Amino acid sequence: MNGRAGAVRNRLAPESPAWQNGPLPIEKLDLEAQLMAIAPEQTNTRPRRARAAVTAVERLRLEDVSVFYGNTPAVKNVSLSIRQGEVLALIGPSGCGKTTLLRTLNRLTELTPNASHSGRVLLDGEDTDDIVDTELRRRVSMVFQQPNPFPMSIFDNVGFALREQSRKRPRRRELEPLVDHALQRAGLHDEVRADLNRSALRLSGGQQQRLCIARAIAQEPEILLMDEPCSALDPRSTAVIEDLILQLREDLAIVVVTHNLQQAHRIADRVAFMYLGDLVEAGETEQVFSDPREEQTREYIAGVFG
Amino acid sequence: MASAQPVDSTRPAPPRRRRHGRRSSLRSWRLRDQITFVLAWTVGLGLCAVAISVVVFFAVEGIQYLRPSLLVTHPSASVSQSGSGGFLDAIEGTVLLGAIGLLIAVPIGVVTAVWVIEYGRPRWLGRIVESTVEIIAGTPDIVIAIFGLALFQLGAFSFLSFSEPGGAFGRSFLTAGAMMSFLAIPPVYTATRNGLIATPRQMREASFALGKTRIATIRRVVLPAVRRDIATGSTLGLARIIGDTAIVILLLGATLRLQSDGALGFLSGTGSSLTSYIYNNSPAGDGNAPDKAYAAAAVLLLLVLVLNWGVGRIGRIGGPPIHAERRLGA
Repeated sequence: MNGRAGAVRNRLAPESPAWQNGPLPIEKLDLEAQLMAIAPEQTNTRPRRARAAVTAVERLRLEDVSVFYGNTPAVKNVSLSIRQGEVLALIGPSGCGKTTLLRTLNRLTELTPNASHSGRVLLDGEDTDDIVDTELRRRVSMVFQQPNPFPMSIFDNVGFALREQSRKRPRRRELEPLVDHALQRAGLHDEVRADLNRSALRLSGGQQQRLCIARAIAQEPEILLMDEPCSALDPRSTAVIEDLILQLREDLAIVVVTHNLQQAHRIADRVAFMYLGDLVEAGETEQVFSDPREEQTREYIAGVFG
Repeated sequence: MASAQPVDSTRPAPPRRRRHGRRSSLRSWRLRDQITFVLAWTVGLGLCAVAISVVVFFAVEGIQYLRPSLLVTHPSASVSQSGSGGFLDAIEGTVLLGAIGLLIAVPIGVVTAVWVIEYGRPRWLGRIVESTVEIIAGTPDIVIAIFGLALFQLGAFSFLSFSEPGGAFGRSFLTAGAMMSFLAIPPVYTATRNGLIATPRQMREASFALGKTRIATIRRVVLPAVRRDIATGSTLGLARIIGDTAIVILLLGATLRLQSDGALGFLSGTGSSLTSYIYNNSPAGDGNAPDKAYAAAAVLLLLVLVLNWGVGRIGRIGGPPIHAERRLGA
């Protein structure tokens, strides 16, 4: 489901009961009923996905991170901790800096010529600026909004990152178990096992996105960044990928940017709400959704602004 | 229709004339639109007529003189047409020129396009490169040919062509092929460049996000994505090479037979191509053997048609290209 559409709907349907009496008495309302009122068709999956309890370990720590495009700050003084065993959802209206923050974590913002940043991002205690960019991006992998498989076979897509660029290219036989394992973890193996030499472009959108996840986790990264991974997908594929995210969080730290509040609620262990470049509030999902500390969070979750 | 089958009476008979919704008729259009409409059709049909008559003319004129033996016998100097042989050397020359030309043009065209689109800094240098390619594309082939003649007659390049102690003649397959590559570089460059522009940025980012360097991304992701564009550009460039006469006459000597000369054997020797063979055998040249010119022209035309057909096929190999949607939208 598209989070943007949901946000627009929120604005277009002010007669819905959830905010008839203003945004204040939210905590008194049943959260699920409220989500129903916001977007009934988005709640056809369980409001909160079942999950295994996992001990959270801090992997990535942001200390006072600001990101600028030219002189314009896009992210202001964000401090945040990202833990393995947890899914962190970055939520907030369009243009609030969620994606910029996400792309800072693996230094993809450096591809934008006028982007710069201050503050520190520590990966297992090591400043990411001190790690060679290619190595950092192997450890902090990323899945994009649009499924973007390479125009090559399924096997080559997953094996892409495993094939070292400078040293001798590993043989296919050496890669096979790794590729199979990645496809299994991404829940795609059963569907594509028959012919791994098929072009990845012939897969469906949901399959392509799972292939991109398999590709991203094939090199066993420590962090997986996901930039609205489901916004281009139908509800069924979305459900499959959400289940997948919850399984993967046991071995990786996962950060998901999403426009879709219902999705954040379904999958996230912790939620960080950003607004105009500021990190307004970060906390446990249930707490942020049912009892936000900040007024802005409360209003955003109630759909006062999109 | 299979008359043996009994007609299924339950199925309604198809209407004799398929009905259309009401449309505006040409008469109701404004005069300006009517004139444009008629002009467009006239010009379009006229072009088709010209193209078809060329093909039909050579199909009739060429094929009637074309004998299989012409394709496999060497030409020879003879006063009688029955003794002057076929044009095997001209076919060999055309193939050789095309191969040498592409061998030089494809790497240059592709690398230039990749640099301009993927790096392109400093900006002013990128702009200069772009206009240089445009200038090459617009330069008449005879100008390229005479430039090549002046260039390769320099002593430093004497090993490339037949040379005497006094200097080089500048005529050989290598020198002609090198100048031919100027004809093929613009189409290769343009096709590759357009392919690169149409390749989504997210695909490059995906590769960067997996820890690949820029050069690895270009090699493993970007170039495979545009290989079809490269093939298309190469085919168009090849068609330009095999259709060119000026460079053959000035830089290849347009001799009757392939001749090995100089240090590099037949590569530094002279020869001819189908185009120069046609010219020399036409009434305009010295041969005055129009039937052989027609036969050679039919072969050349067939070659170009096959290449053009090939360009269309290349676009369809292996499923839709990654940027098919962009293409359709453009």
